[in-house]
Order: sequence, then C-alpha cells, then structure tokens
Amino acid sequence: MSDLKIINLVKNFVGMDRPAVNNVNLKINSGELVAFLGPSGCGKTTILKMITGLFAPDNGDIVLDNKSLLPIPTENRGVVMVFQNYLLFPYMNVNENVGFALKMKGIDKNVIEKKVREMLDLVKLPDIGFRKPKQLSGGQQQRVALARALIASPRLLLLDEPLSNLDAHLRDEMRDLIVTIQKKLNVTTIFVTHDQEEAVLLADKIALIFDGELQNYTSPKNYYEQPKNIKAAKFFGGVNFIKSKKINNEFISDIGKINYVGENINDLNDEINITIRPENIKLSKTNDFDHNSFKGNIKSIIFSGTHTRYKIIINNLELECSLQSLGIKNINQGDEIFVHLPKDKIWGMND
Amino acid sequence: MNNNLKKINVYAIYLGALILILPLIAFFINAFSFRWFYPQIIPKELSLQAWVRLKLIPKPGQRSIEGFLDLWTSNPAVIKALMNSLTIGILVTIVSIIIALPAARVLGLLNFRFKKLIIFIMVSPTILPPIAFVLGLNINFISLGFSGSFFGVCLVHLVPIMPYVVLTMTGIFANYNPDFEHQARTLGANKTRTFFLITLPAIAPGMVVAALFAFLVSWSQYLLTFLIGAGKVMTLPLLVFSTASSGNPALTAAISIIFIFPAILILFFTSKFVSGESGATSGFGKI
Ligand SMILES: Nc1ncnc2c1ncn2[C@@H]1O[C@H](COP(=O)(O)OP(=O)(O)OP(=O)(O)O)[C@@H](O)[C@H]1O
Ligand SMILES: [Mg+2]
Repeated sequence: MSDLKIINLVKNFVGMDRPAVNNVNLKINSGELVAFLGPSGCGKTTILKMITGLFAPDNGDIVLDNKSLLPIPTENRGVVMVFQNYLLFPYMNVNENVGFALKMKGIDKNVIEKKVREMLDLVKLPDIGFRKPKQLSGGQQQRVALARALIASPRLLLLDEPLSNLDAHLRDEMRDLIVTIQKKLNVTTIFVTHDQEEAVLLADKIALIFDGELQNYTSPKNYYEQPKNIKAAKFFGGVNFIKSKKINNEFISDIGKINYVGENINDLNDEINITIRPENIKLSKTNDFDHNSFKGNIKSIIFSGTHTRYKIIINNLELECSLQSLGIKNINQGDEIFVHLPKDKIWGMND
Repeated sequence: MNNNLKKINVYAIYLGALILILPLIAFFINAFSFRWFYPQIIPKELSLQAWVRLKLIPKPGQRSIEGFLDLWTSNPAVIKALMNSLTIGILVTIVSIIIALPAARVLGLLNFRFKKLIIFIMVSPTILPPIAFVLGLNINFISLGFSGSFFGVCLVHLVPIMPYVVLTMTGIFANYNPDFEHQARTLGANKTRTFFLITLPAIAPGMVVAALFAFLVSWSQYLLTFLIGAGKVMTLPLLVFSTASSGNPALTAAISIIFIFPAILILFFTSKFVSGESGATSGFGKI
C-alpha cells in the first residue's frame, strides 16, 4: 500500500515572477502509474524534487500512506527518483550501481548479488554486470538506472522524462518495458513527460500542468471526451469550441440551441464552452438527424490518407470534422451540409 | 602533422627535458665531490664530506646501521628542518582543502551577484608581493602572540596557498553535477556516505592537484617563514639559504638535493593527475 497525497503544494524560486509550483492538489492510489504532463518549465521536476526531499515546499504537504514525508530525510522516504540523464555512478560497474540501494541498507553481499542478477534479468540486461556505465548505450543505461531504482522495492518510483534521451524505436520498447515492470511489481509510479502521446499510451491517469498549476487530473480517455477546460482540451488536440449561454436549462449558442445531457450539467456556469472531437461529428447532405443538427457550408476538404478533414462554417463559427477514409462522396468546397453534434458526445466546460 | 615534424617535436621535448635536468646533474656531482673548481670538467676527488658535515651520513668508521640511527636520532639541523617543512606542508595542505571545499562548491555550482569580484579578491594575494602583506600581518601576529610560533607559520602559509586551492577546486565543481549526490540520497545513502561514496571520488583527482599546489607552495616558502617564524621556526628553504650564503658549494648542493627530493617524488606520483589526460582539472563532467 502506498497512496500519495499532494496537498496545496507551493514552491517559489527567487527570480521567478510566478510560483514554480502553485497550489497543486492530487491523490495517487497505490499501484497507479500517473503521468505528469506539461511543457518545459511548468514545474514537473520541481514537484518530483519536493517529493524526494531535495527541495522543501514553501507551503502544503506531501503525504505517503497517511504520513507526511516532509519531516523525513530523503534517504528514509522510500521514494526513488530516476533522473532525466540516468546518473549512473561512473566509477562503479553495473553490478555495483544496481546493488547500491541494498548496500546502503547493509544487506549481505550474497543476497545483493542474487538480487542484482534478478533485477538485471527483469530489465533484460543479464550479461553486462562488470561493465562501466560509459561502456553502455543510452538504452542500456536507462535500464540499469531502472533496475537500480527498483531493487530496494521503493514505496514510490519517480521517473523524470525517462524516454526523452532515446531514439524513437527504443522509446517504444522502453515504454512497454516500464509499463510491464510497473504492473508486475505494482509499484506506485509518477512518470514525467512533455509528450502527450506518451502519457496517453502509458498512464492510468494524467496530471496536466501549465505554469505550475494543475489544469486537469483524470484518465487519458477523459482528456479526449471530457476535458476540464479549453487549455486541457487544446493540449490533447481539441479544436472545436462553441461558446454557449445557459438560459432556463437550455444552451443557446451562435449556431442555435444545443441539446446537452452531459453528466456535469449541474456544475456548469451560465456561460460555457461546448467541445466535441472532430471524429465524433457526423455529416450528411440531407437533414436526417433528430437533434443538434445545424446547416453549414464546407470551407475546405483535406484528405490525409486514413481520414478526410472538413472545415465547416456555420454562422461564422468554424468546426472541424474528421471522417474515415474518403468521407462523403460527391461533395465539394462551398456546398451546403448538415452537421450533427450527437448529444452524448458533446461536453461543456466552464473555462 | 607529418612524421618528420612529429619527430622534431619529440626531440625538442627531449632537449627541453635535458636542459631542465642538467643543473640537477651538476648538483649531484657537486654534492658528492671534494673541491670541484673551474676549469675542471669533472671533480678530481669524490667525497661524502658534505653529507658528513650535514650530519646525514656518519663519519667513516661509524657507517653501520646503528651509526646512521644514532646520528639521525640526535636530531641534526637538516632533519629538524626537513621534519618542520614536511609537517607544516602536510598540515597546511589538509587545512587549506578543508576550508576550500565548501567555498569552491558554492563558487563552482551557484551563480550570484559579485561572484567575479569575490573570485578576484580571493586571487589577489597571488599578485601581491608577499612582502606587502606580510609586514602588516606581522604586526597583528606579534600582538596575537603568533609570531615565532609553529602555528603562526602555518597560518601565514595559508595566505598564498588558499587562492590556488580554491581556484583549482572551483574548476572541479564548475563541471560537477550535484544531482549525483541527490540520486544517491534517494537510493538510501545518508549525507556522510553520500560524501564519501559519491562526492569524494568525483572530486578526488582535482583535490590531488590542489593538494600538490598547496604543498609545493608551502614547501618552497622562504620569506613568510623567515618573517613570521622570526628565526625560531627553521624550515628547509631557510636552511638552504643560510647554507648557500656560507659559500660551500658541496654543502649547498647536498642540502638542495634534500630540498628538491620530496618535491620531485610528489610530482612523480601525481603527474598523471596534472597531465591533460585526466579529468582532474575538468571535474566530473568529463569522466
Ligand atoms: N533550483 C532552481 N532555482 C531557481 N529556479 C529553478 C530551479 N529549479 C527550477 N527552477 C525554475 O522553475 C521552473 C520549473 O522548473 P522545472 O525544472 O520543474 O520544469 P520542468 O517542468 O521539469 O521542465 P522540463 O520539461 O524542461 O524539465 C522553471 O522556470 C525553472 O527555471
Ligand atoms: Mg524537468
């Protein structure tokens, strides 16, 4: 069991006009793999360093298994971090690197040796124990760093952009390896990345962070279907936003009345944005939809191999729609078209 | 570079080395000769007389192990000065490195306002003639009772040594990645073990170079020892000077050999750290 709670976490640095980490709250359940996602400089590494104890937060608390980590020195927290550039100790060989955490615990040499072999097997590097780190490739160094981090069964594993220094195909392989090992050992893990696709492929939940603030914290799927705000929606490729006003429990927009049944309907303010994924919009030359059907004109058609993208203007509002393969036959730029926004696919956001 | 040029360069280096070594050879011959004067190419007569007079080799007839031991334990001036120089050198080296370590870390790792100015002020003793500050210091030392004491001499040796040590060690830390230490901490190493297992091995080569500078500067210190020691603390350089002024070339050569021998020994064992091949002066980054 290792539940992590981050409560009202704040960190300021001299010379920055905003907090590097601003009032972040989130809870990670035992065994979960959570991605911290955000652009460079948004504070991801700073949060990790506060969890490990390198930085002391200016405010807030970090609680692991209902006990605050803050008064505990780094080495006793049971939190292991794998740094962006691996940081294998250069004058120790691979075996010594991997066994480091056990040696610190004063464990018997033979036991360490056996455990090191197990860990190297786990990361699929059985035969390199006596090499020095600089004799390893980037991918191998990454695996050794992972083995070294996991050997002492940490309560919490922090991975800071573990894949960013690898080339593309190695990245896929390492990503799969990380997920497999994480599930196998069931270790609660935070994974930092600025690659949205990587986060989606890997994480149980994604914490989206901009400028030190947590924007959204939910499952990857929800970022596509039920994002919390426009920023989150845009980061995941959302393009359609319809400004709407709530009047007597109905949503009125520039394109007309929108029938909305989203589960968050009672939390919505009077002015909201409604969003829908391009692939969830339906098009037809005739009006054969029973609700949320709007008449517009085709502005452009782009064929991209697997999909065809349409830009459609309805009353000055531009919507983007994506249909599989060739899309609709016999339709041209400027033609009139009926656009259907299925009520179970649209999603309202307060900001 | 073409081959001929390479050869010429190598020969040039040999020639340079020979020029540096020649006076040493002359020293050696001088130290073991009796009345070697111009224009003789080689001395007429070899002799251990200089060494006997320095009380380093017993008189003929007493050259047994006991004879040597008896002589040396009678604590002749040369041995006393040698021991003084060694103790002061080692002590001052250790102290200077312990003081420089935190300063160099801050200067190497952090950027802050007036950093350049602070470095400049720290280096200034190296460009100031020692006589300029030692006269002022001497008054303070006398009033504090350090003048003429072993402690006072150690203290004043730190003045020219600290800039070299801090600068060398700042260079190490400029390329040093402190995340290594933090990595060790998250893997369960406490602060002490992190220092000995991670920090120390990383900075050790550079520390050897700094220690070498420190020791050699202390070892060859004449003026500061002379003024602050007030004649009561005799070190090898002082002895060399006073012997040289007595005008006996064999005696001067013998004592000079005693003087340079430890320095050569130290250089020999540390030269691999000083040469360009080692990461010592470039820090952890290149290892
Ligand atoms: N030790 C420090 N002193 C001062 N400012 C710092 C320090 N560490 C980080 N910062 C600043 O805090 C902000 C957040 O940095 P952080 O390293 O957490 O970003 P990040 O999200 O990990 O970015 P990246 O993806 O580039 O690694 C940045 O603007 C950075 O300049
Ligand atoms: Mg970072």
